[in-house]
Amino acid sequence: MHPSHFAAVLLFALFASTVFGITQRDTPARMFRYGVYCFLLFVGSAIVLSWLMFLIAR
Amino acid sequence: MATETKQNAAASSAAQKIDYLPLIAGWLVPGGGHFLLRKWGRGALLAASIVGMFACGLAMQGKLYSGVQDVLDILGLAGDLGNGLLFVVARVAGLGADQVMVTTADYGTKFIGVAGLLNIIAAVDAHRLRNGRKPL
Repeated sequence: MHPSHFAAVLLFALFASTVFGITQRDTPARMFRYGVYCFLLFVGSAIVLSWLMFLIAR
Repeated sequence: MATETKQNAAASSAAQKIDYLPLIAGWLVPGGGHFLLRKWGRGALLAASIVGMFACGLAMQGKLYSGVQDVLDILGLAGDLGNGLLFVVARVAGLGADQVMVTTADYGTKFIGVAGLLNIIAAVDAHRLRNGRKPL
């Protein structure tokens, strides 16, 4: 299995945010919302940091 | 009076042991602590996430730490040990790479370590559910 860097980020964010959502909130609705929030933060920060590194390296 | 005190102490000790059962079960088997507390949905999602992450790590030829060569290896080994029986089974079956040879293997090594850390978070959550710190 040789996923691209972005595919690895998506997999990592999916698994980690599922566990964070379930363990850090009390009710199913809040768990789901927190899980989605964590997923977006994981993926969003990876994209922003990637662009920053790309611009710094130029 | 003394017999009653001894009986109370024994009952309290037994209750304490039961209190830690979800924590230990959750560490050994991902989602096991939640299954013990009859939280089937949460347990299944936790198990799928942690086992999925561990399996992806192995599929990417991630390294399973077996010993400690330098200080940083201690952190890797601690993360891997968090996987409980998954780590033992993978070691016995000879899965995982001994050395990181390709880029994806480095991702895989991190996946395996983080799966162990997530498993510990899930086990502690089961313990908090058991002792009432988190509402059931």
